[in-house]
Amino acid sequence: MAQIEEVTVEQLKHLVSERAIEGETMLLNMGPQHPSTHGVLRILLELDGEIVVNCVPDIGFLHTGVEKNMEAKTYQKAEVMSDRLDYLDTVGNNLAYCLAVEKLVDLDVPVRAQAIRVILAELQRIASHLVWLGTAGLDLGAMSMFLYCFREREYILDILELVSGQRMMTTYIRPGGLWRDVPVEFESAVRAFLKMMPKRIDEYEALLTRNPIMLDRVLGISTLSKETALQYGVTGPLLRASGMKWDLRKEHPYCGYEQYDFEVPMREEGDVYARYLVRIQEMRESLKIIEQALNKLPYGPVRSDNRKFVPPPRSEIGVSMEALIHHFKLWTEGFDAPKGSVYVAIESPRGELGVYLEGDGGPKPYRVHWRTPSFDNLQVLPVLAKGLFVADLVALIGSIDIVLGDIDR
Amino acid sequence: MDKKLQSILDALQTEFSASVEEFRGEPQVTLAAEQIVPALTRLRDKYHFEQLITLTAVDYWPEENPRFHVIYLLRSYAQHLTLLLRVPVSGINPAVPTVSGIYANANWRERELWDMFGIKAEGHPDLRRILMPADWEGHPLRKDYPLGYEEPQFTFNFEEIDLRKPYARE
Repeated sequence: MAQIEEVTVEQLKHLVSERAIEGETMLLNMGPQHPSTHGVLRILLELDGEIVVNCVPDIGFLHTGVEKNMEAKTYQKAEVMSDRLDYLDTVGNNLAYCLAVEKLVDLDVPVRAQAIRVILAELQRIASHLVWLGTAGLDLGAMSMFLYCFREREYILDILELVSGQRMMTTYIRPGGLWRDVPVEFESAVRAFLKMMPKRIDEYEALLTRNPIMLDRVLGISTLSKETALQYGVTGPLLRASGMKWDLRKEHPYCGYEQYDFEVPMREEGDVYARYLVRIQEMRESLKIIEQALNKLPYGPVRSDNRKFVPPPRSEIGVSMEALIHHFKLWTEGFDAPKGSVYVAIESPRGELGVYLEGDGGPKPYRVHWRTPSFDNLQVLPVLAKGLFVADLVALIGSIDIVLGDIDR
Repeated sequence: MDKKLQSILDALQTEFSASVEEFRGEPQVTLAAEQIVPALTRLRDKYHFEQLITLTAVDYWPEENPRFHVIYLLRSYAQHLTLLLRVPVSGINPAVPTVSGIYANANWRERELWDMFGIKAEGHPDLRRILMPADWEGHPLRKDYPLGYEEPQFTFNFEEIDLRKPYARE
């Protein structure tokens, strides 16, 4: 059995202040099993009474070696692991990976598939923000938010189940298009959701936005300046709440986002409340995008017809010898991608989700690197936490919206 | 290619003797390790690359010279540009100078680089493992590091395999 070694304060010398070594301040372990760390984040806190003097995040408890595992699988099979990274934004992870593969092998995607990708990615964004709103509300003592948000999230997961058969780990988006076309019930299900959701967001706002207990906890807490945010690689709603109007869907459009009319919500304040307002507004904008995409959803195929990379449809396999061979070859050997490397980034609910993909001419990726937004967003925590009360630290962690699967990979 | 980007690439080529390759319409700049700190400082201060998007590496084992490419990805919000830089590092004692003084988020990224590839960031303030346990041996994302697997247990050989499984047992 491995020995559990006791860590002395001397060994932590470079992480904490002098006062901790003299015993003036207290060292406290928060997590890895703590309800407000949203997973398995461990934080070493140095406290002076109730005030945070130093804060040292310790990550890696959820490390699963996804990047290493992907190197051992063919391009199609490696995709299945991407869902497991950021388990609240599974569609976004699939999308980033597929866009990278498509760029590497130079593959075009039909317009219908692109529109459905946009609808699903935006639905997933709302679902992710709902989980954030529920859990961040729970941290602040707004118990009922959790129940309301998870009630609405269930509608979205039902739609995902309808199209893919899975609630969360869908792998519905595939290199070259989609797994299959959406069922006929899809449109009515999404329309019903679009009809219901704006009123529900109004309800959340009625409960929280002007709630004095909430405002006491969030107004002016842990202000993040634009310069610090850029310096620390912060992206997504955090950056937008700090006064930077930047959204990859607008600035570097992918999947035809340039056709849709939507606003990028932005606040100047950079505090916990600004992050809340930005995310609430983002949900409304996502609804606008979904409605537009659904209104002009084009007809046509949902998969590229390049048989070297995309398997033929089921109907063809029964009657065509070549189709059967292509299908067999693709699932046993995979396809060969050229030598070279690409970087593709999408706007995930947490920020810039990027995939660096390198091919070596064979059927397996030579290197896949996931630039996950939570990793950099969490790095700014020690800067923001200095001087806060422990209770405010909980509000701060909630507002960063970390997903540990996204950080530890 | 974008005009603004072209002028930046020209400047990098003349000042830091960088070489530029293009793949799928996007340039990739290759630099020597000792040039990376001045090059990134110049890119940040003169060409407005405000953010380090990511920092990682690729292992080309069994190639020895260079065995690794360290990859820096920068973003300029002011000019709408993304730039990828590659720094070849040889395999014997891989090290790059730290850039955590230029971009603060390089701190954790360089710890990850050390943890996963064993590439040292020289001058880094706190170079510990970040994802793997502190007493871990080896660097998992190196190509000579085996993937490993778990033996499947069935009813007839459950006990036999159980005995050699690396559980934490008394």
